[in-house]
Amino acid sequence: MSAKLAISKPKEGAAGKTGTWRTFKPVVDMELCNKCGNCERFCPDGTISKDFEIDLEYCKGCGICAEVCPKKAIKMVREE
Amino acid sequence: MAEIPDDEYILKTTSACAGCSIPLCLRYITKAAGPDTVLVIPACCTSVIQGLYPNTAVNIPIYNVAFASAAAVASGMSEAFRAAGKKTNVICFGGDGGTVDIGIQALSGALERGTDFLYICYDNEAYSNTGMQRSGATPLGAATTTTPTGKKEFKKDLDAIVNAHNPVYMATACSAYPVDLYNKVEKALSIPGPKFMHILAPCPPGWRYPSDKTVALGKLAVQSGMWVLYERENGKMSLTGASKAAAKKRIPVEDYLKAQGRFKTATKENVAELQQMVENNFKRIEKEVEGIC
Repeated sequence: MSAKLAISKPKEGAAGKTGTWRTFKPVVDMELCNKCGNCERFCPDGTISKDFEIDLEYCKGCGICAEVCPKKAIKMVREE
Repeated sequence: MAEIPDDEYILKTTSACAGCSIPLCLRYITKAAGPDTVLVIPACCTSVIQGLYPNTAVNIPIYNVAFASAAAVASGMSEAFRAAGKKTNVICFGGDGGTVDIGIQALSGALERGTDFLYICYDNEAYSNTGMQRSGATPLGAATTTTPTGKKEFKKDLDAIVNAHNPVYMATACSAYPVDLYNKVEKALSIPGPKFMHILAPCPPGWRYPSDKTVALGKLAVQSGMWVLYERENGKMSLTGASKAAAKKRIPVEDYLKAQGRFKTATKENVAELQQMVENNFKRIEKEVEGIC
């Protein structure tokens, strides 16, 4: 007799919509942005695309993108 | 600069705390390792942040194992893959508790047997997953839930213990320098035999700092010399990245400590001892880089 193995399958949203965790959301000022890519590189959750679109469904609002932006083009704005 | 692939193997998103450096490390480790990889994960933060059963945010195979057994499991797995003629990368990804304290005998055994695998210890300097209890990797003076007035002992020198096994490749990295991390993982996986990497992974709730300072704090650790980026290939040591500059000129250790709430209870003596430790460490490293010892 073989026991059933507990196997998880990869899926987007495996930890739920983590965007609901946010208290501050990142807002990008594209006029200041110099497209250096720091925000995309340092986002721990990979929620920033190559075109600097932030996936607010999953962004946890940690604020690392705003912190590493050399142009200060990202502002953290309180959620309503 | 190395060409880092766009492929993401960490799906949106893990259940890691906001600002956690573990998914940041995992993103670059999996980018460097590629899809033909198995991660062996002992009990640690990463075994929790994968997502809720029956789903997982990690798009490569993971084997979740008991606390003390990661390197032993990886040994068997690596042998089985090689016997079947497969080149699959076997990577252990364990926290500091599962490496420095609980898993050290399995790690020592696997290194001694010459297992073809890469052991990565991500070091958040406490048992963060269970609520920040002290571990062997907690630095002197740091407050944890089990050392509320600050730890009285120095951090265990895991790298010296691993180095005594003469692995083919060992390196340190920090989540604040992901390109350096990527390059080191890529290099490690290109060499057969036992490899070891030690990554400093700042933890916002555990180290008590705002979540947006994760990268800034990693940089402070390296600039102050509290964390040294280096690699050692077949016993030959070389400093890498920002630590080359830190070997010549460092910021005071205090700048790194005062950015974190966990060092609030650290005494002046603690700070002086840590500063002295950094100075001694760099003296030893300088000699080793020059090939004197």
